[in-house]
Amino acid sequence: MPYLNHIKLGDWAVMLCGALFTIWLTVTLWQGGIADKAVIRSGGKIFSEVPLSRNQLIEVPGPLGITRIAIHNLQARIASDPSPRQYCVRQGWLKQAGEIAVCLPNQVSVELSGGRKRYDSLNY
Amino acid sequence: MTASIIESQDRGSRIEERGGPAAPLLTQSSIRLQTTAEDHHLARMAALALGLTVLEAAIPSPLPGVKPGLANIVTLIVLARYGWRAAAWVSLLRVVAGGLLLGSFMAPGFFLSLSGALWSLAALAVSQHLPQRWFGAVTHSIFAAFAHIGGQLLLVYFWLIPHVGLLYLVPIFAAAALLFGTVNGLIAAHFLDSKIYHRDTEESCLISTC
Repeated sequence: MPYLNHIKLGDWAVMLCGALFTIWLTVTLWQGGIADKAVIRSGGKIFSEVPLSRNQLIEVPGPLGITRIAIHNLQARIASDPSPRQYCVRQGWLKQAGEIAVCLPNQVSVELSGGRKRYDSLNY
Repeated sequence: MTASIIESQDRGSRIEERGGPAAPLLTQSSIRLQTTAEDHHLARMAALALGLTVLEAAIPSPLPGVKPGLANIVTLIVLARYGWRAAAWVSLLRVVAGGLLLGSFMAPGFFLSLSGALWSLAALAVSQHLPQRWFGAVTHSIFAAFAHIGGQLLLVYFWLIPHVGLLYLVPIFAAAALLFGTVNGLIAAHFLDSKIYHRDTEESCLISTC
């Protein structure tokens, strides 16, 4: 690598600092925070707010039928849903605060929330 | 640069010879800028940077703002060889002419580019005083790249998108700044270290590898 010869000692230090700075930015800005509860909405209204600490299966009625929401190991997911395309089911487990799964046809959503409210495109 | 009006009699007489004796001269005098060899040199370097800008505009980018910034290689070389003032000239000429060429002059894209250029020039003004024994073009390039994207993000936040959601993109921009800053710095260092480098031949050297 002839190009490496052009890098001086200070350059290596600056590159390292730049990498550490970038990692620090990523960790601070992309950390969603620890989620402690799930907010379940049906038809735009809050259906229930449940803590993530207890494993359970919640059934939420919607216009198309019953949406089942599973809470397990401080994570939440839509276990089953009558929607035709199953987008919210395929989204899988939600882990961090601010993550949300929306089943539009059945008008049900589950959102994880933590200590502080995070921003996303939905509450712009 | 000094502007002065020079009677261009010799050029006028030549037109007369070609156009026939009856054709009256439209302009007896023309405005000419008195330019020095240094001005020509700066203009050539700016034109080179401009070429890289236009070339780069053709490269598709996954995210607006993530670009290699190849033109900054020229800025770095000018900084090392002719000092900060010359680098500022080349950089700002490139931004203005690039805006005109790409049709973004006075549009948000132009001001983003200008803000990035001004911030990275400020960073270069500081980093050029670092001891040359330890710090080379790579250092300057990384500092300038981070300042560039920092300035652009500030302008975006305070002018275009005043929303905290912008913070989500910052790590991507920072990673891009580190990557492209390092690569551009290496290329600049390669040219600066090459032995064939000479003032008269540098433009051709930059285009084709010497």
